[in-house]
Amino acid sequence: MYEAIVVLPLLGAIIAGVIALVGARNRFPGQNPPPPHDDHAGDHAHGAAAAHVEAHDDHDHEPSAAGSLTAELITSTFLVISCVLSWYAFFDVGFGGHEARITLFSFVTFADLHSEWALRIDSLTAVMLVVVTTVSSLVHVYSIGYMEEDPYKPRFFSYLSFFTFAMLMLVTSDNLIQLFFGWEGVGLASYLLIGFWFHKPEANAAAIKAFLVNRVGDFGFSLGIFTVFYLTGAIDFDTIFAQAPALVGKSFHFLSWNLDALTVACLLLFMGAMGKSAQFLLHTWLPDAMEGPTPVSALIHAATMVTAGVFMVARLSPLFELAPVAAAFVTFIGATTAMFAATIGLVQNDIKRIIAYSTCSQLGYMFVAMGVGAYSVGMFHLFTHAFFKALLFLGSGSVILAMHHEQDIRHMGGLWRKIPFTYGVMLIGTLALTGFPFTAGYFSKDAIIEAAAVGTNPMAIYGFIMTVGAAALTSFYSWRLIFKTFHGEPHDHHHYEAAHESPKVMLIPLAFLAFGSIAAGWPFLSIFKGEDVGEFFRESLKFGADNKVLENMEHLPLLVSLTPTIMMVGGFLVAYQFYIRRPDIPAALARDQRVLYEFLLNKWYFDEIYDFLFVRPAMWLGRLFWKGGDGYVIDGFGPDGVSARVLDVTRNVVRLQTGYLYHYAFAMLIGVAAFATWFMFAGPH
Amino acid sequence: MTIGLGHYLSVAAILFTLGVLGIFLNRKNVIVILMSIELILLSVNINLVAFSSFLGDIVGQVYALIVLTVAAAEAAIGLAILVAYFRNRGSIAVEDINLMKG
Repeated sequence: MYEAIVVLPLLGAIIAGVIALVGARNRFPGQNPPPPHDDHAGDHAHGAAAAHVEAHDDHDHEPSAAGSLTAELITSTFLVISCVLSWYAFFDVGFGGHEARITLFSFVTFADLHSEWALRIDSLTAVMLVVVTTVSSLVHVYSIGYMEEDPYKPRFFSYLSFFTFAMLMLVTSDNLIQLFFGWEGVGLASYLLIGFWFHKPEANAAAIKAFLVNRVGDFGFSLGIFTVFYLTGAIDFDTIFAQAPALVGKSFHFLSWNLDALTVACLLLFMGAMGKSAQFLLHTWLPDAMEGPTPVSALIHAATMVTAGVFMVARLSPLFELAPVAAAFVTFIGATTAMFAATIGLVQNDIKRIIAYSTCSQLGYMFVAMGVGAYSVGMFHLFTHAFFKALLFLGSGSVILAMHHEQDIRHMGGLWRKIPFTYGVMLIGTLALTGFPFTAGYFSKDAIIEAAAVGTNPMAIYGFIMTVGAAALTSFYSWRLIFKTFHGEPHDHHHYEAAHESPKVMLIPLAFLAFGSIAAGWPFLSIFKGEDVGEFFRESLKFGADNKVLENMEHLPLLVSLTPTIMMVGGFLVAYQFYIRRPDIPAALARDQRVLYEFLLNKWYFDEIYDFLFVRPAMWLGRLFWKGGDGYVIDGFGPDGVSARVLDVTRNVVRLQTGYLYHYAFAMLIGVAAFATWFMFAGPH
Repeated sequence: MTIGLGHYLSVAAILFTLGVLGIFLNRKNVIVILMSIELILLSVNINLVAFSSFLGDIVGQVYALIVLTVAAAEAAIGLAILVAYFRNRGSIAVEDINLMKG
């Protein structure tokens, strides 16, 4: 059964991929496809609304690739089967206690290094299986509607299914190498899907950026794996965890420093998590990833892939539990990201970017929980967040489709009359995100803030302050999005009049997710934060002997428990004041606080700083090697230089051969004369 | 004044030099080159006969006769080539003959 969960998406990906390839072959037999014209199939932000109105009313649509429907149905069906099996596995493993370890086949056997392809199914994996397959199957179904006009559907579904396979491989991994395989697999899928509309330069740039920034994290991650292997001589989790307690206090000699071995390993591994989960300093790729199709944003850049880092920390909790410095660092980064991303979210105008920064911020929350040792609470937020964030993204996809690929919320307004269903589900998603009482987000987010309040590591209090502050900001920007999109006066009447509700195939997944956003909290409360944590997660999450975070959370003063809710209400009221009652305030505020506004609008100038610090020097270095190294040295003196000199010589030799008879005769004569002279004076006498 | 070996050799040397110069100072006609080669062969013959008479050895004169026949054959082949060449290219000017250039 577990094999089926993992392999079915791969099978779907292969079939859809074959359909895509055959279709491409039939469409362009024996030649490259002509350069595609920009057919506005993408969501993109337009500055000039008027200019593009004519642009996409009179263009012809490229027909869908042959077999689109087959590919859609096959991949979606496989995913739904996989999803149903996952839910069964969730209850069977989590509550039934039937953990499993299935060895598929041997992977690497080299000297002391042994690794196998194995599926490790424990409660932690079961939670991830449910999250991944549920969101993925709903996104598959939703995409059937969303990608209706796109000509390359089989390719899209192939990528989506491949992503799901890689993600499942990641969460079921039994050792670090398999984890790394899944890790890179999802990175590849993310790259392919962000750049799905390959004729858009921004999409290509965003895809490359995502890939490169992730490589930075992966570099740390692979160093972490090496360190762990160096310390324990193994890469499979069971052996590592068994040896972990013996590593406490060991030091790791590097150059002239003596570093604490476990801290180094954990920090390096966490660097990978920072890249994949878009944490502070390595977050820059996530907002740009919104160039991809919206279902992709929902699946990969909100609900599943970006949570891989959180999952990894949870999976390695036996290590992090023993490395308090690294855990404090995790809290610090998480808290910083939560606050930082929320501040940027306040002023963004692209509907998808707001939600992207919100994702970044919520991932920070999860890491705060991981850092203070409340692993199950972090997983709880991961679990609920997947539902409401996927809901928000898919809902915004529905808005974008209704507005004919308009993404700027300044051009929206008053849409609730036109698309009431989308409005309803977005409202549910927003309530859950802001932590409205008794929605899914309420339980998980409050739990994180409580965990930060009682956390014992030195960064916990920082984490508490930051998460509480971010809760207020979250509420503000979420309601700002709702108010500017759905309320007020329409700002673009052409689009407003043409707005229409999305087809049923898109609305049904939204309904499911809306249900999840409300219902995913309370029923699971006890297993993630209450008394059943130990019973549910058993060995998959490791709580140290002196880790009392979960118990202490029960004994918090009421005021602390209420803080997030108060913050949420405050954020809502401010947003209501700003965008419903006095819409002139925000503009005035932006004018008064010009510097701050620009600072936030430009995302703390991170792109500019990185451009200055890394991109330009890299370009300079590359140019140096290209012009100086390759152009001057290699081409001047190296192989190319030698061949150029030889060519010069031969060119002169060729000129020597005039073809005139008398020249040859003359040469012959001189030769004979020279020979005779030599023979006469210095010959062999 | 008696005509000695030196005179014969001088004539032969003059003829030889004329022949050589004729080959590579000539820009006009391939026939001139053939004639120059004949001149060179002739000078060699004079040398052979002169030494033969001077040393009283008949072999030199025999050798001169062989050279004559070879020269005749060579002239015949050279002229044949020349005719064939003229038919093909329409010119036997030395300047036009540079097909051997790479």
